[in-house]
Amino acid sequence: MTGYILKRLVSAIPVLLGISVIVFLIMAMIPGDPATAILGSYATPENVEKLNRDLGLDQGLVPRYFIWLGHMVQGDFGRSFALNRPVLDEVLDRFGATLILAGTSFVLCSLLGVAAGVVSAARQYGWADKAITFVVLVGISIPSFFLGMMMILIFAVQLRWFPVSGMWPIYGDRTLWVLLDHLFMPALALAVVATGVIARLARSAMLEVLRQDFIRTARAKGVREGRVIWRHALRAAMVSIIPVLGIQAGFVLSGAVYIEMVFQWPGVGRMLVDAILKRDILLVQGGVVFIAACYVMFNIMVDVAQAMLDPRIKT
Amino acid sequence: MTFRAPSRRALFAATAAAALMLSLGGAQAQTPENVLIVGQIAEPQALDPAAVTAVNDFRILMNMYDGLVRYKDGTLEVEPALATDWTISEDGTVYTFTLREGVMFHDGSAFDAEAVKFNFERMLKEDHPYHNTGPFPLAFFFSAVESVDVIDPLTVAFTLNAPYAPFLSNLAYPTGLIVSPAAVMEYGVDFGRHPSGTGAFSFGEWRSNEAVVVQANPEYWDGAPKLETVVFRPITDANTRSAEMLAGGIDLMVEVPPVALSEFQSDAYTVYEQAGPHVWFLILNAKEGPFADKRVRQAANYAINKEAIVNDVLEGTAEVAAGPTPPAFAWAYNADLDPYPYDPARAQALLKEAGAEGAELTFYVTEGGSGMLDPVAMGTAIQADLEAVGLDVKIETYEWNTFLGNVNPGLEGKADMAEMAWMTNDPDTLPFLALRTEAWPDKGGFNSGYYSNPEVDALLDAARVETDQDERARLYQEMQVIVQDDAPWVFVANWKQNAVTSDRVEGFALQPSFFLLLDDVTKN
Repeated sequence: MTGYILKRLVSAIPVLLGISVIVFLIMAMIPGDPATAILGSYATPENVEKLNRDLGLDQGLVPRYFIWLGHMVQGDFGRSFALNRPVLDEVLDRFGATLILAGTSFVLCSLLGVAAGVVSAARQYGWADKAITFVVLVGISIPSFFLGMMMILIFAVQLRWFPVSGMWPIYGDRTLWVLLDHLFMPALALAVVATGVIARLARSAMLEVLRQDFIRTARAKGVREGRVIWRHALRAAMVSIIPVLGIQAGFVLSGAVYIEMVFQWPGVGRMLVDAILKRDILLVQGGVVFIAACYVMFNIMVDVAQAMLDPRIKT
Repeated sequence: MTFRAPSRRALFAATAAAALMLSLGGAQAQTPENVLIVGQIAEPQALDPAAVTAVNDFRILMNMYDGLVRYKDGTLEVEPALATDWTISEDGTVYTFTLREGVMFHDGSAFDAEAVKFNFERMLKEDHPYHNTGPFPLAFFFSAVESVDVIDPLTVAFTLNAPYAPFLSNLAYPTGLIVSPAAVMEYGVDFGRHPSGTGAFSFGEWRSNEAVVVQANPEYWDGAPKLETVVFRPITDANTRSAEMLAGGIDLMVEVPPVALSEFQSDAYTVYEQAGPHVWFLILNAKEGPFADKRVRQAANYAINKEAIVNDVLEGTAEVAAGPTPPAFAWAYNADLDPYPYDPARAQALLKEAGAEGAELTFYVTEGGSGMLDPVAMGTAIQADLEAVGLDVKIETYEWNTFLGNVNPGLEGKADMAEMAWMTNDPDTLPFLALRTEAWPDKGGFNSGYYSNPEVDALLDAARVETDQDERARLYQEMQVIVQDDAPWVFVANWKQNAVTSDRVEGFALQPSFFLLLDDVTKN
């Protein structure tokens, strides 16, 4: 198993290098430069040139890439000029917030999605199945940012049950309870679509398993139905559900961008949108490479988990 | 095959979820007394006034720092601040300031002539030991400064390389705010996160992407502010910002989207409006194509229904512009100037006279950008008006930075017209940078439409070196008449900045400078 993990880790290196080249080239090729973004209507050619020189952007592409890469390998992601602080500090801060949001959302959509799928499959064509299928269809069809705005209007503005936006209150203690208060609406809004997708796939995976012989054997043995479904069948179905969870984790992470905008969650998605608009080159590059690295790591973890669950996968 | 357990579990889960929701969602607490929470449009870049360029950042900085001079309440005229008095030499090149006595920076160091010298040399001299705390993108505001000399601890003299009349109002601009040299020396490049000035509020804390907190400075030379604390919250999404205001999460919000204004028409809120030194216009390519003919440029001014744009597209958040100088510069504005009336028949007649009927025009539109209001909707309305008088207008839309990269180098060979907006602090800035022959893009200016009139050039050059304000005003007023007739631009709108406060906030007023000054505000 260690060898398998190691092999997967080594194979991630070229992927990350490729990503660094691509994001570097994209930032170099999109029109508009940081100096123009900073100076706005005062961007005379003379001012732009001077500012670009101050920002160290007057060198050629190739030396700039290798300087950046060299520093990054040593853990120095450079300094964001739009926020005036080290890129890594900002990315870690913001990534933490995104992880809390996306992580909660992921747990929510996994639990709710798998549970809904299992119940649906166990009660195939029953009222519970029909109700769940309907709710899932509605959930999949509502864009998360729209759902988020509606939730704000109803639960924050009208009913005043939850705060409108942000991660922490402006004053007062930072307790877990307060965090949950702020987290509830964005995490739910973000989880809805993924819950629907997971529920659908969990349902078909379960149906597949429930038709197999060992389930009949278990029932014939007199195992309680609940135990048959939740232990025997679900365990076997998890092998095909886990890859879906992995894909949905990526989806939740990328979908967080919209939710972070709507709920002003101080996460990495909102950071990247702002950074792109401001042409904050180092922050975009550093942020993308960091997220890509996390994404690659997560996929490796999913593969490893699957290998552990399913002895047929050769390690 | 029936099993009830999951249903019971589902029921339990639903009950638990409902209970959790109810307990989490108690009524949200009201904001405390004398703590003002301001909904800003973005996270500030830095709290170093020399390093930033955005109005959003200025709104915080103006409450933490003072300049040598400042704008008199409700106007764009300068009055003493950290300098109590000044004299200007006969030839207009030496400004000598007497500094206020006994003023301290928030960090406890003293404000004196050495501090003033340090501030300007940090920005302007590349060999200054703290020049590396930049970059200082707006340092060119003071590019006329040749030297700053300490005469005695409370007297400082600025020598300019040529007479430069906007100098005083540039000193009142945020780029001229005075920072604590001791703090710059202590924090270096991190000064922007550890700011220290002399202003009404001192720095409390900056929680990235959540809030900048400032506290009352009880020692403020102009009287301690009434609020204890001000919290600036970045809420970039305009809808979320409005929702926060409605939910009571913030006490004051700036830049209310026009469509949301109706939500605040009740006793629980006060809506403020203030026209500022902003002008929204169309640059016309006077070098080539149909707009090389003055009659076609005038026709465009007649053809566009500006009333409809400010009232319908912008929901009354702007006024129709008459000429290149916004009325907010009251002393330099020519009040006799009437905007071009909406007169499509006249426009058609002019087009016919010029033989430009059915001309094809390329129109650069931006998707957004500083001061651009609602550029896509405005661009579409303008296109419709021009097509109504028989012009064939093709819109090309660009993201703001790309747009500037296309427009600033000049429209030649690319487009006939482009949207643009400017916010300035002196009536000199915009015409000097964008209307003179010497300001064509190849000479480093912003005259992207290649307008050229020697008379206007002469008036602007004379106004820039004139130190008598009445005479300067006369020169600008004359310039406005000529420019309006020459029509190098279509003059469209002057933006009225808006803000909303809750009924707990008193003593607030918007300034024509678009700065946010909070030292007289109270909250119950």
